[in-house]
Amino acid sequence: MTTPAIVAQGVVKRYRRFAHKNQLRTLKSALLTGSVLADLAPEETFTALEDVSFEVARGSTFAVIGENGSGKSTLLKLVAGITRPTRGSLAVDGRVSALIELGAGFHPEISGRENVAINAMMLGLTRKQLERSYDAIVDFAELRDFIDAPVKTYSSGMYMRLGFAVAIHVDPDVLLIDEVLAVGDEAFTRKCLDKISELRRRGKTILFVTHSLGLVEKMCDDVLWLNQGRTRGRGDPKRVVDEYLTYVAGGEEALLRSRSAADAAQAESAPATDAPEDAGAPGAYRPGRWGSREVEIRQVRLVDARDRERHVFVPGETLTLSLSVHAAAPVDDFVFGIGLFAADGTCVYGTNTDLEDWKPIRIEGEAEVRLSLEGLRLVEGTYLVDLAAHKRDGTPYDYLRGLHSFRVKSRIKDVGIYRPQHHWSFSGGAALDPPQERGEMELDGG
Amino acid sequence: MIAAIRSLLRHRPLVESLVSRELKARYRGSVLGFLWSFVNPLLLLLTYTLVFTVILPNRQPDIQPFFLFLFCGILPWTWFQASLSESSGVLIASANLIKKVLFPAEVLPSVCVLANLAHFLLGLPILLLFLAWQGKLAWTAVLLPLPILVQLVLTLGLSLFLSALTVHFRDIQNILSHALHLWFFATPVIYSYAAIAEGTPLRRALRLNPMTHVIVTYQQMLFHGNVDHWRGLFLALLVGVLAFAAGAFLFDRLRDTLAEEV
Repeated sequence: MTTPAIVAQGVVKRYRRFAHKNQLRTLKSALLTGSVLADLAPEETFTALEDVSFEVARGSTFAVIGENGSGKSTLLKLVAGITRPTRGSLAVDGRVSALIELGAGFHPEISGRENVAINAMMLGLTRKQLERSYDAIVDFAELRDFIDAPVKTYSSGMYMRLGFAVAIHVDPDVLLIDEVLAVGDEAFTRKCLDKISELRRRGKTILFVTHSLGLVEKMCDDVLWLNQGRTRGRGDPKRVVDEYLTYVAGGEEALLRSRSAADAAQAESAPATDAPEDAGAPGAYRPGRWGSREVEIRQVRLVDARDRERHVFVPGETLTLSLSVHAAAPVDDFVFGIGLFAADGTCVYGTNTDLEDWKPIRIEGEAEVRLSLEGLRLVEGTYLVDLAAHKRDGTPYDYLRGLHSFRVKSRIKDVGIYRPQHHWSFSGGAALDPPQERGEMELDGG
Repeated sequence: MIAAIRSLLRHRPLVESLVSRELKARYRGSVLGFLWSFVNPLLLLLTYTLVFTVILPNRQPDIQPFFLFLFCGILPWTWFQASLSESSGVLIASANLIKKVLFPAEVLPSVCVLANLAHFLLGLPILLLFLAWQGKLAWTAVLLPLPILVQLVLTLGLSLFLSALTVHFRDIQNILSHALHLWFFATPVIYSYAAIAEGTPLRRALRLNPMTHVIVTYQQMLFHGNVDHWRGLFLALLVGVLAFAAGAFLFDRLRDTLAEEV
């Protein structure tokens, strides 16, 4: 952990937007200075990365997350040395192997054996090193019987296995992985993950680009979140992933909000109907905040059973909504309510203290309100939360609609919203293999 | 230029494997397989022989039998022409590789040139056989490595130049086939350089073409059995070295843009 394996400082990457404009001028500048991009006007370029700086400690596993088009793959190509930054510097210490596309450069007409040799040499192996690791490559790919057949006869799974096997046996100091694991079947993916874990144990530096946030939280030491080419978050995987998920939910929110600013203004002035159940119809759900603030919700935290703030939960966990409220003057008519909504605005659940017969006595100054949802029984998805303090007649003090969200992640891709606690049983002529015991994903890692 | 040579030497095992892959893959699946390397020049020769002995008979006394004279020029010319037309498209065809793998791209045009050199060398014994059969084979044939080297340097340089430039200007691929056609007729392959009178504009124009000197040297070494074109060959070497330097320079300049433009 002494010197970092990758150091990026103020990296900027611009691409030409119009590939064939002003070609002669570009040719001239290319010949004279070698800088095709620097001479182009700003409207002719597209900035893929803007001022990105980070360090990857030697032996650590680093993930880059972000939406499509956020510059993740561009960054990976820069680290791999396939393209160079327009500005800024990027230094990588050690041999790099990039799994950007498995089996890139395989020639379909020649045998797997020769392709392995050529591919390995392209990735920088010498002939001697190849001889040493050739058997390991073929065994890893499980292709011993087919290695002398032309690659064009391989199935796509075999092709990928061979490509991965070669890339991983180049014995890199720094391994770059771009979403390649998303394409294999489960057994292959698991094998690859095992191999990657082995490399981690051996102290190799790994840089991931992935959409699999579960993987990020499970395997990575450090995360960089890119948003439209800029660094949006950096650091502890759990925190950054939570921020990212909050942002993704917020993106929908902003979309909804921008759809009708007028409607939002209207909602602000009109006394809102208080019970979240009333807003159950999809489409009627617009995030916002309104109320007189006589009782103010100052802070909202979503925490797990260990009181740690989280935004990702797995089914069965306990989610506690913790509200810090403040009443400047004593109030004796108050109700606290919550509502859960699916991403499409469907009301999942709503309740309040009045419905459950809690009688308000008095609230003054600082207070904390906690609602624990034990054994979260929801299917995978993003859920928005309504939080409200209002009078018993519905007049709002502070109504937070859809400003908070959490995500449920699950291995089981069941559908709907609600997941009742359930079990299957079979008797008579029905014979089924039980699922492999694998449990839910461990998100809290502790 | 030194850097380009060093890079190619460092990646020699890769270049070797790619050349052998190129040779194997080309005829994979065909009935004759490797024999095509011999059959191809024979068929080419047959065509030209038909044209120039039956349709447009050439009766110049110093280049008889004409089909053999043709053979001496066409074989190296085919190497030159195929190398250039293949390497102009090679980077685009390997876009996948250039975009996804950190990979010394100059290897690709070099492989085009070397694979075609291999075809040339495979065709050469057939030519020598025919020469021996016609009693034309002379000791000068042992000097062949010299024009081959000159042609190699020249072709490599032009290949590097064209391959990198074609990525930015795809038009080159279209122009090139016509340019090579013209270049073929501007090189004394199907006619004799010696027959064009000294001092004429045509002769002067031909002298500017480095391939003229290379081809004439081949013809002298193989067909005529006496070599006196050293000055021309040396000039061609100079042009070749210049072309190589220019090609390596351009390739290096455009290297960073290749992954973005292919």
